[in-house]
Amino acid sequence: MSAVIHEDHHHEGPPAGFKRWLYSTNHKDIGTMYLIFALVMLFIGGGMAMIIRAELFMPGVQIVNPDLYNNLLTDHALIMIFGMVMPAAAGMANWMIPMMIGAPDMALPRMNNMSFWLLPAAAILLLSSLLVQFIPGTGVPINTGWTLYPPLSVQTGMGMDLLIFSVHLLGISSIMASINIVTTILNMRAPGMPLMKMPLFVWAWLFTGLLLIIVMPVLAGGVTMLLFDRHFGTSFFDAAGGGDPVLFQHLFWFFGHPEVYVLLLPSIGVLGLVIPTFSRKPLFGYKPLVFFMGFLFALGLVVWAHHQYTIGMSLGATMYFMIGTILISIPVGLMLFNFIFTMWRGSMTFETPMLFAIAIILMFSFAGVTGVMLAVVPADLQYHDTYFVVAHFHYALIPGAVFGLYAGVFYWLPKWTGHMYNEKLGKIFFWWTTLSFNLTFFPQHFSGLAGMPRRIVDYNIQYIEFNQISSIGGFLFGLSHLLFLYIIIKTVKGGEKAADKPWEGAQIGTPGLEWTLPSPPPFHSFTTPPQIK
Amino acid sequence: MSKSKSFLASLSAFLLTLIASPAFADYALNFPEPVSPLTSQMYDLHMLTTKIATIIMVIVISIVTYAILKFRKSKGAEADQNFHKSAFGTWSWILVPIIVLGIDLTIAGSATDALKQVEDYSQKNDVTVKVIGSQWKWTYEYMDDDIRVVSNMLSKEEAGDNYLRAVDNPLVLPVNKRIRFLHTASDVLHAWWVPQIVYKKDSIPGYINETWTIIEKEGTYRGQCAEICGTGHAFMPIVVEAVSQDKYDAWLSEKKIAMASAAAEASADKTWTMAELMSRGEQVYNTNCVACHQITGEGVPGVFPALKGGQIATGPVADHLSIVMNGSTKNPVMAAWAGALNDLELAALITYERNAWGNNTGDVVQPTDIKSARK
Amino acid sequence: MSTAEQNYFIPEPSRWPAVAVVGLFFLVLGFALWMNGVSLGPVSTGIGLLVIIYLFFGWFGDVIDESLTSKYNHDVDRSFRQGMFWFITSEVSFFATFFGCLFYFRNISLPWLGGEGQLGVSNILWEGFTYTWPLINLPDVTNYTQLIEPMGAGGIPAYNTIILLSSGVTVTWAHWGLKKGNRAQLVWGLIATIALGMLFFALQAYEYYHAYAELGLTLNSGIYGSTFYMLTGFHGFHVTMGTIMLMVICARSMKGHFTAENHFAFEGVAWYWHFVDVVWLGLYLFVYWL
Repeated sequence: MSAVIHEDHHHEGPPAGFKRWLYSTNHKDIGTMYLIFALVMLFIGGGMAMIIRAELFMPGVQIVNPDLYNNLLTDHALIMIFGMVMPAAAGMANWMIPMMIGAPDMALPRMNNMSFWLLPAAAILLLSSLLVQFIPGTGVPINTGWTLYPPLSVQTGMGMDLLIFSVHLLGISSIMASINIVTTILNMRAPGMPLMKMPLFVWAWLFTGLLLIIVMPVLAGGVTMLLFDRHFGTSFFDAAGGGDPVLFQHLFWFFGHPEVYVLLLPSIGVLGLVIPTFSRKPLFGYKPLVFFMGFLFALGLVVWAHHQYTIGMSLGATMYFMIGTILISIPVGLMLFNFIFTMWRGSMTFETPMLFAIAIILMFSFAGVTGVMLAVVPADLQYHDTYFVVAHFHYALIPGAVFGLYAGVFYWLPKWTGHMYNEKLGKIFFWWTTLSFNLTFFPQHFSGLAGMPRRIVDYNIQYIEFNQISSIGGFLFGLSHLLFLYIIIKTVKGGEKAADKPWEGAQIGTPGLEWTLPSPPPFHSFTTPPQIK
Repeated sequence: MSKSKSFLASLSAFLLTLIASPAFADYALNFPEPVSPLTSQMYDLHMLTTKIATIIMVIVISIVTYAILKFRKSKGAEADQNFHKSAFGTWSWILVPIIVLGIDLTIAGSATDALKQVEDYSQKNDVTVKVIGSQWKWTYEYMDDDIRVVSNMLSKEEAGDNYLRAVDNPLVLPVNKRIRFLHTASDVLHAWWVPQIVYKKDSIPGYINETWTIIEKEGTYRGQCAEICGTGHAFMPIVVEAVSQDKYDAWLSEKKIAMASAAAEASADKTWTMAELMSRGEQVYNTNCVACHQITGEGVPGVFPALKGGQIATGPVADHLSIVMNGSTKNPVMAAWAGALNDLELAALITYERNAWGNNTGDVVQPTDIKSARK
Repeated sequence: MSTAEQNYFIPEPSRWPAVAVVGLFFLVLGFALWMNGVSLGPVSTGIGLLVIIYLFFGWFGDVIDESLTSKYNHDVDRSFRQGMFWFITSEVSFFATFFGCLFYFRNISLPWLGGEGQLGVSNILWEGFTYTWPLINLPDVTNYTQLIEPMGAGGIPAYNTIILLSSGVTVTWAHWGLKKGNRAQLVWGLIATIALGMLFFALQAYEYYHAYAELGLTLNSGIYGSTFYMLTGFHGFHVTMGTIMLMVICARSMKGHFTAENHFAFEGVAWYWHFVDVVWLGLYLFVYWL
């Protein structure tokens, strides 16, 4: 064929035209598609958040009617979780894991492509479930929140069916992607890369993949039962027929709680690379971090009912879930401890990824301590379903998951594009998001304590100050993402040429195979396994 | 000035403004004052964990700040490549988990007592109230006295500053008595929550959850539904009126008389005039039906059918009766009202719906018609 | 045959994943529309099904070609095995969900409705309800149909247990034949397995008919019917899938596609079949018997 791009591979370069993307079997192209998809969804889900915050700026029902409001907050959650964080993390896994472990590609490249393309299909179904309410005769919109609790979700109209099938497609996509990633990690490591030498990001994804393989089918089973209750006369969630609405909550949170770790772990993995890099010293404890990730993985599967303390469990069950939940502070606390003492006695510089990493340590610790507060059952019987909870999980998920992904984007952007991003703009973006994020969500702790329930479209006048601050913060936070988009487009288009290893400390404490490749890496990398020194 | 320093500086400045700002002086930054033994215990637990949380955050922020200031390359800090192999690096992995575990167990231990009390249903109760959540109102049944109170939200004009926190018929309870709440729901999940006097347990259709309280102070306590229940979730407030035992007894007997006379009126074989039924029907409609079908009777297109000029209210009377009494077979949101309203109320309601908003069918439904339809 | 490739096989760009997505999309969109009485629903489902059938021939065809031209080295083979293992793990989780629900109803929520345990006070909402399993008398039968008689453990379910267990034996016998290079044993073992699978399916279909027509046991007869059909139905669906896969494998065995060393496709299907067997044992124990 035409030009030989890199000496150690025998395939051609990328095929031309749409087939490169639609028919792709290349982990880097698929990773890129995942990341672009996540970025698009970030703006759609973020747009919904802007409408929600605009509605809550003043008491009264001004912009959207109550059903549309509830539907928007349902879809905001689903899009941010399934459409944004998970695809972005999967995109990074696709890009980086084969390069980090010295594999030529993902283990099952065609299935990899199918995992990705299921996402746009699912997104179409998800968005039509929102829009179908504007067609008369399609019943009540999805006004249940992302938890889809019956019997409310049995009342809703056609949108719910579209949503259920969208969740099925998302589930298939996640399970296939996870099987692929786990198989790649376990089977495709280059010689000389034992498990305990893998970069932390790879470890994080191994646990994430295993979690998804175990819990995704449970969600699929739960929504299938919902579908049968809706249309085929079963009585899973109806007491009159001998069922129990609360069972759905158990199924949902058996999936939902591990899902939180699915969102968090990849970011913890990114931190495990970013912090040593910019502290220029190895992780304070590599083995303990792997161990505590495993601990978190195991604990995550058995503490789900702390999302439903108010359903009326026996004293024994409540005690068990409370103590199990409080124990989560051990692995999470030790992870943060590890990161802090990785910086200790290091030689730190503060590029954008590192700034995000430090902000994560502080704000995620905060989410952790409010998490312990929420874990205490008697107190939670007061906090439950208030804005205190909203504030807590946004502190957990935005720093814990989203900021970790931002750190990853800035850390790897030079590798992906071959260009350095503009450091000054990156820092402006960091300060802008971090401050506006805190402005948005910090006051919500107080409105929650003052008694404002979550998921209400209209509130009493006493909550106005907190909500106005939140809304202003929210708009600023939303706006900051235009800068993010600008930085990314600018970096993709051009800029200072990035070195193969743009970060001085990048290979400290890890094999760092990804940094031995050029920036950007060739279309096919490591077609023959590299030698690890 | 360094970036990280300014980050912390601005963060703390932000926190200080938030706490010190006069705008917040009027409103609580914390839970409202608890006035029952259990909510007081919960408040104390909340304060304990808040203090622990604050101490942990201060420690974390101090260590991170120190590290950021001290170990920066621009200051010539050299990385200690063997720090993780030091004695600290070995022993901290044993010591820190033990410390965290100690804090965890302290917190869990201090919660056990309150938790046991929450789950203690063995004591004798003075008043038992069954709290039924429905879309979108609360019904209170005093189990010992056979009294039923339906509590709807007050409109903006009536409620003023308490809009979304005010109702027409509050739950009246005596102070210093042990009160047992049985929570259930007629349609979807709800959660009855009045933070000052009683914590929340979900109202689950078909199941009953229990909570209890002893209100220690007379007063008006407000709360809201805390579990998303559809369109009107924001619009089902809760008000509890705590009064002395004497006032409570007076209220009880007054209520009993009122209920008895209403029941007698409804079951009497009297023939009512259309005007009487219309005015009573309007009241019933405005209390029970406006949330969905709207004050104009136009409903919400595609979601709640219009009664104004609609098939239901202008079609056959028997179908109209059936859907109001037994609920809709197609749309589960339309509840069955046969149990919640008496014969007179149902007759008045249907008469009103068939003649209001220009429907003018001229049909008059009498309580006797309802009585025969019930059989 | 030529020696296996040294490098890990990375397929060329392939249209099949995109075709699969299109097929699945139309399939589920059709379901959603169909359930809401939109006339285009069945059409969309039909299109989806046709696309998926086309996809199976195309994608499997490509994989079989690649396998026969020895594109897959040992590492690729191991990826397939591991992938199949994790897939079955997720299937286990899927069935565990339904079993978990069954245990939840039987041991936790139904006793509550019957007046025992944490939420036992709920019984005052359902006057006269007592908990029995199988649940014949529902708390409120208004929206449901009355169950006449629960499904017994003897008769067809017992025969089906024996049939599935023996099919596990025949597929293993076929595997021994394959390892020995005895193609006749391989093919006959598979044919026997397929026949047993189809017999199981037929008996199960008859049992459903019997349940609907005579026992009043339907999806609409309360929680006993709901859990019964959800568990046996999804199992039956998996048996059907497994039988189709066995047929493909049988045809390939007749053509001599497998060797004693290289037969992942056979093993994958055999694993799957054993998994379906084990699920049935659980079903027989907890749904029919206890």
